[in-house]
Amino acid sequence: MNGFASPLAGYLLVAALLFAIGLAGALTRRNAILVLIGIELMLNAANLNLIAFWRFGPHPEALTGMMFAIFSIAVAAAEAAVGLGLVISIYRHTHTAELDKINRLKG
Amino acid sequence: MSPVFYILAAITLAGGLAAVVLKRLVHCALAVTAAFAGLALLYLQLDAQFVAFAQILVYIGAVAILIVFAILLTRGSDLPKEGVFSRTWFVGLVIAAAVFAVLAWTVVQSLRGVPQQTAVPAVAVRDIGNMLVGRYVLPLEIVALLLTAATIGAVIAAMHQKEGRQ
Repeated sequence: MNGFASPLAGYLLVAALLFAIGLAGALTRRNAILVLIGIELMLNAANLNLIAFWRFGPHPEALTGMMFAIFSIAVAAAEAAVGLGLVISIYRHTHTAELDKINRLKG
Repeated sequence: MSPVFYILAAITLAGGLAAVVLKRLVHCALAVTAAFAGLALLYLQLDAQFVAFAQILVYIGAVAILIVFAILLTRGSDLPKEGVFSRTWFVGLVIAAAVFAVLAWTVVQSLRGVPQQTAVPAVAVRDIGNMLVGRYVLPLEIVALLLTAATIGAVIAAMHQKEGRQ
């Protein structure tokens, strides 16, 4: 089977493209919330990789990839909660969520 | 490759792209929710039902709502005068394109001789539960501790502190 047309390669390419989109969002947007959305997209792309490798790998009954994805989702939820809490806290201090206006460490 | 895969991949990627390029933050939150839903459907397509429903519960149910709350609390619905993209947007775009090129090249190059399972894995939710309280019980407890710490930390970070009072 040609590697390019196999289902695993399709899922991996979709995940790679989603990761690149998330990275572009995190690097180019000025709003802190959009940067967090980009990071969430990157985490989701990694999860898609884990599930695809679990599905097409040699030992799916060991559930390794699926467990990794479940724990990754839990950690991503904690990250989102803390990240958005920090954005709200910074907004209260500086009255802006634009990252290039937050240029002081002193509160 | 089935046509269903192409449709779901198109929904996911279009949602992600719209979340990154749209101007208004509320539209971005809506688009990223569409991307999360597309990913959940892709997980269903990969026979990972439990992860798909966990994705719907956690991402669409919790993370998307958190993002909307953060947008409302930071008045993100006002459009900034300087534009939504940073001054160095071109550098970021080049870096993202380079990362995608490297990843795609690696995937295409390395999958030629990999043997691939095509049979549907027979995994019940009962097996996942047994694994979670058996072999993976220590990571499960650590994740529980992490979630507790993150919840307390998020509340403390976002809590309104009055002047002169702790």
